[in-house]
Amino acid sequence: MNFRIVKDKLIANVMLILSISSVSFVFLIGIGLYLRAAPLFEEHTLLSLFRGSNWAPSKNQFGFYPFIMGTLSVTLIAIVVALPLCLLTAIYLTEYAKPGIRKVMLPLMNILAGIPPVIYGVWGIFFVVPIVREYIAPQFMEYSSGYTVLTGGVVLAVMIFPILVSIVSEVLSTIPKELKDASLSLGATKWETIKKVVVKRARPGIVAAMVLAVSRAFGETIAVLMVCGNVPVAPTSVFDGGYPLPALIANNFGEMMSIPLYDSALMFAALLLFVIIFLFNLISRIILNRIEHKYSS
Amino acid sequence: MTQHPLIRVKDLNVHIDGHHILKNINISIPDKSVTSIIGPSGCGKTTLLKTFNRLLDDTANVTVSGSVLVDDEDIYAPEAEVTHIRKKMGLLSQRPYPLPMSIYDNVAYGPRIHGTRDKSTLDSIVEKQLKDTGLWDEVKDRLHGPANRLSIGQQQRLCLARGLAVKPEIILGDESTSALDPVSTHTIEDLFVRLKAQYTIVLVTHILRQARRISDYIVFVYMGEIVEFGPTDEVLLHPKEELTRQYVKGFIS
Repeated sequence: MNFRIVKDKLIANVMLILSISSVSFVFLIGIGLYLRAAPLFEEHTLLSLFRGSNWAPSKNQFGFYPFIMGTLSVTLIAIVVALPLCLLTAIYLTEYAKPGIRKVMLPLMNILAGIPPVIYGVWGIFFVVPIVREYIAPQFMEYSSGYTVLTGGVVLAVMIFPILVSIVSEVLSTIPKELKDASLSLGATKWETIKKVVVKRARPGIVAAMVLAVSRAFGETIAVLMVCGNVPVAPTSVFDGGYPLPALIANNFGEMMSIPLYDSALMFAALLLFVIIFLFNLISRIILNRIEHKYSS
Repeated sequence: MTQHPLIRVKDLNVHIDGHHILKNINISIPDKSVTSIIGPSGCGKTTLLKTFNRLLDDTANVTVSGSVLVDDEDIYAPEAEVTHIRKKMGLLSQRPYPLPMSIYDNVAYGPRIHGTRDKSTLDSIVEKQLKDTGLWDEVKDRLHGPANRLSIGQQQRLCLARGLAVKPEIILGDESTSALDPVSTHTIEDLFVRLKAQYTIVLVTHILRQARRISDYIVFVYMGEIVEFGPTDEVLLHPKEELTRQYVKGFIS
């Protein structure tokens, strides 16, 4: 009798400890990265690291500006390309498609999510890079290698497509039919109803889906690294190459470690990525709360 | 005004997923009065109501045959335009579903969709409808606040105001008070009685006492067929059919 109660309490406590320790990994990683990056701060100010655009480790020049811009632009392009397409796809699947089509499409979408990133990278090199080089870039400029932030963004957009579509479809399908009927019975067309009522009501869910997708996009390494050129210069147009932070770490870690501070600089890159994702999640959480607070029911 | 009653149903049959939900429905709903459709759960009364404004269109596997004439226009004719038909009717569902926007925008939603842009026109529509539904004094200071902060009874009146704002001729109510507290129920019932001077009102209800309180006519539906239709007192007090008598007495439900 007594033993059962002890067991009950024990299990509750064990689970508490496990949850705390898993959450504390976030902080441990953050602190760990900071400590490893710390030597860099002895010779460079934070501001110069952020704003410097020269990357020459052997000359003790560590400017992270190009990498920060590389990361932000590739991610921004990805979400700008993916979001409208995903919204329309999800709306089609939940509101217009016949059940048969829906049953085929959603599993296919999930297969897309399961393809390893390196395959997307190869696809990007053989498919997206030539298209950008031969057809898109020539419309705007004389020459582009095709290895650009646009290419990286497009490949990334395809990679985050399934996760966005499946979450947004999920959210749209929770909108009560009666709410749509209310709008329809006022004489609104289906499209008006979707645009003004369904999407509006689903906005918190759409933002949440976007947050997940963008968080994934920030960290995506190998596929982006293969197609976006990896030049340590901040991109000034979508047809410039870029060098996102994850690619910087993956390309250089373990090599040329004899260069002083190189190791710390890469750790600082990781820390930066960590902070960017952390801030992004924080900001979107605040936005999400605002929206939910305004029109939740 | 047309000579004929506004809503006339002829030989209406509805199948959903192969089930024969409504069988040979023929009825003319009297104008400017309250008609209640009563009957046990699952008898098809809500389906009947929904055929009046084609809300079954979006349900999968539905076949409708026969005709529903609204204003002498067959709404199931191929050339009928659904938004135009629905505009003629305000629908009040079981629970209030305010649109995800402000109180003002809820009422202005319909008129805006149908092309009213002028702000002062919209202002006066909103004010009039909110006054007609007795909501104006309660919400006039927070017109631009979110509609879902209102109490559920207020929300239901807002939904009614929203429906009336498109100037319908008909009000359809699908158990519109079933989620409400007694006081709000009373308010909504009073509104229906007051509004019948201007509108033709069709309600679905499973509360017999409510049907007795507010309706002028009663339609008793059982297993997808109209068993009896007539003035309230006649149907409830002196039913002609044995089935109606049993239902009214509470032997079947």
